[in-house]
Amino acid sequence: METKQQLYTISIYTENNIGLLNRISAIFQRRHINIESINTSVSEIEGVSRFTILVNMTEDQIKKILGQIEKQVEVIKAYYHTDDDTIYQESCLFKIKSDLLFEERQIQNIIKESNARIVTVNKEFFVLEKSGRRSELELLHRELNAFGIMQFVRSGRIAITKDKLKITEMLNAFKN
Amino acid sequence: METLTSKQKEYLEQPKERISGSEAIVRCLLAEGVEVLYGYPGGAIMPVYDELYKYEGKINHVLTRHEQCAAHAAQGYARISGNVGVAMATSGPGATNLITGIADAQIDSTPIVCITGQVPSHLLGSDAFQETDIVGISTPVTKWNHQITKASQIPEIIARAFYIARSGRPGPVLIDITKDAQFEEFDFQYKKCTGVRSYKPVPVIDENAITAAAALINSAKKPMIVWGQGVILGKAEEELKAVIEKTGIPSAWTILGASAIPTAHPLNIGMVGMHGNYAPNVLTNECDVLIAIGMRFDDRVTGKLDEYATQAKIIHFEIDPAEIDKNVKTDVAVLGDAKTSLTKLLALLNTNSHPDWLKKFKDLYTIEYDKVIKNDLHPTSEGLTMGEVLKEINSQTKGEAAIVTDVGQHQMIACRYADFNVSKSNITSGGLGTMGFALPAAIGAKMAAPDREVVAIIGDGGYQMTIQELGTIFQNKVPVKIVVLNNEFLGMVRQWQQLFFDKRYASTEMVNPNFVAIAKGYYIEAQKVTKRENLATAVKEMIASDEPYFLEVCVEKENNVFPMVPSGASVSDIRLD
Repeated sequence: METKQQLYTISIYTENNIGLLNRISAIFQRRHINIESINTSVSEIEGVSRFTILVNMTEDQIKKILGQIEKQVEVIKAYYHTDDDTIYQESCLFKIKSDLLFEERQIQNIIKESNARIVTVNKEFFVLEKSGRRSELELLHRELNAFGIMQFVRSGRIAITKDKLKITEMLNAFKN
Repeated sequence: METLTSKQKEYLEQPKERISGSEAIVRCLLAEGVEVLYGYPGGAIMPVYDELYKYEGKINHVLTRHEQCAAHAAQGYARISGNVGVAMATSGPGATNLITGIADAQIDSTPIVCITGQVPSHLLGSDAFQETDIVGISTPVTKWNHQITKASQIPEIIARAFYIARSGRPGPVLIDITKDAQFEEFDFQYKKCTGVRSYKPVPVIDENAITAAAALINSAKKPMIVWGQGVILGKAEEELKAVIEKTGIPSAWTILGASAIPTAHPLNIGMVGMHGNYAPNVLTNECDVLIAIGMRFDDRVTGKLDEYATQAKIIHFEIDPAEIDKNVKTDVAVLGDAKTSLTKLLALLNTNSHPDWLKKFKDLYTIEYDKVIKNDLHPTSEGLTMGEVLKEINSQTKGEAAIVTDVGQHQMIACRYADFNVSKSNITSGGLGTMGFALPAAIGAKMAAPDREVVAIIGDGGYQMTIQELGTIFQNKVPVKIVVLNNEFLGMVRQWQQLFFDKRYASTEMVNPNFVAIAKGYYIEAQKVTKRENLATAVKEMIASDEPYFLEVCVEKENNVFPMVPSGASVSDIRLD
């Protein structure tokens, strides 16, 4: 039995229904599993939603969880992936005092080197956006923290798999 | 394939007609073949009750005395008939009272549809009178649930509810309908649901898995079958019997699998689990191939998991993919419904017999008989035992009765000793262990199968949890036979207190009322037995009665149920005393 915990990304294709988020999160809650991050969005298929959930658990556990998720009537298909299986990103926003942009030259260098993007600037504050791996976002956070951050927010992970997911075929099979 | 009654066709795919949401609900039920439903009216569901009034004679609504019992009655109805049971309640407390029954149906895979009224949609989320988020509350204990806020959604959602409840691994579905949707008029037309694109009720059978399973079974020297309710839900009793008889494999059952194969079948070696039979528990840890069919390796079955059948190859026939490897790692998993899988399997099996192996079961049975069964069924001490009451019921019903049990000592005794000749005859709360289940479930069972003898066997504790259903029984003249085995204790908890808590009987002693007087208060014929010499006559009178009948049997107060696999112990460490 695999007992080593690691980060897994779960991708769930579902019908777009009220209450499904509750149903899915309850599966984790009941087993006392902490969700590291969760993102829901539309998918490449019209009317089909995609959940991306990041969890830290053993492979044995995640297989059981997948079974429970797939058992839900409105779940079309669920997958789990390791980091190697996916292209993944997170995104974050920083709100910082505009004065600092002019007073602290170092901030400009940090922005350039990190490939962060200035979303907006006004007299009081500017907003910086950065997408990438968690470690890159954390590095930028550490660097900017020294100067003072007014607000910070980071999104859940979103991930695309390297392998093909045959959802469309699956849905077409139902029609026939 | 489901066959439709002419009555159903009357309500199916008729030309569109403008009617109210509430009338549509009743017509949907009729189109699904519902003849009886159980429920309790209240503000938010009143429009539907008004329609039930108009449709009287076409559909029978049974007023239970508590919504929990409406759900249990629907369960009893479903368990004995294999059809979907229906329960109805109003919003708020009416809906929350259903939850215990819904949770019970979820863990025991019972197909029921619960319909709840909800406050008008413009009041949702406003903490309105009797508003509760029943969809949120019921989510973890339903197979599916949905809230309807527009009348036009009613036909499709109710069709889907029935389809989901009954298909695949069955379960409870809750549909919450706002009051404005009940009043709203729309163009009604009903079509049965034949599929939901995100839902695969029955997995495709993998022929390779069948072949691998057959090869393992054919080469096994000491094979053992453990079947569960999947056989009954999948209507695979005949197929299972054919497999057992062709291979000569000793076969045991889980509590919910009881009655799928007649008790007296020579290869039926009894119940597995905590209070199951000695031989199948002990030999679980000696068999070389364990064939699990439609069961889910519940902890009450397996005992200590890492000492459960570790020497055996495990084959698991199962309809629900989530059950594979959930508790016990399988060597061969055969996904699919039991009927198809077993039919395919049968063709690949060699005719065989295992006389030496079977003899081991018989030998251990003799040990169990001498140490436990003899004293349970033929006691020499003065006090009555629960076992001898069961023996008397067996002999007077000739094993043809459906036995509905509650939870506790009497339940274990009933499952151990009841004779079952007919499938779907053991109706009990297995997974959830819901005290108070039996009396309302018996009502549903008797109404679904009026030609069958339905005997509810209940402890004095559980009986008082839903005793008010005597009112339902009386008002609807439901001729159930009610046997209360009264030991003036919450017996199973007391047994644990005796064995594991140094006899500290905390809150388990019951000072009971006059049960006979209460039954008679509901105009139900009743009598009480305290002495062995009166037992047979009393049971005879009860069975002979065409009306509801209540029989209280005062049994030995501090008897224990054995064998017993203590909590956390291995199944082979089962105790005989």
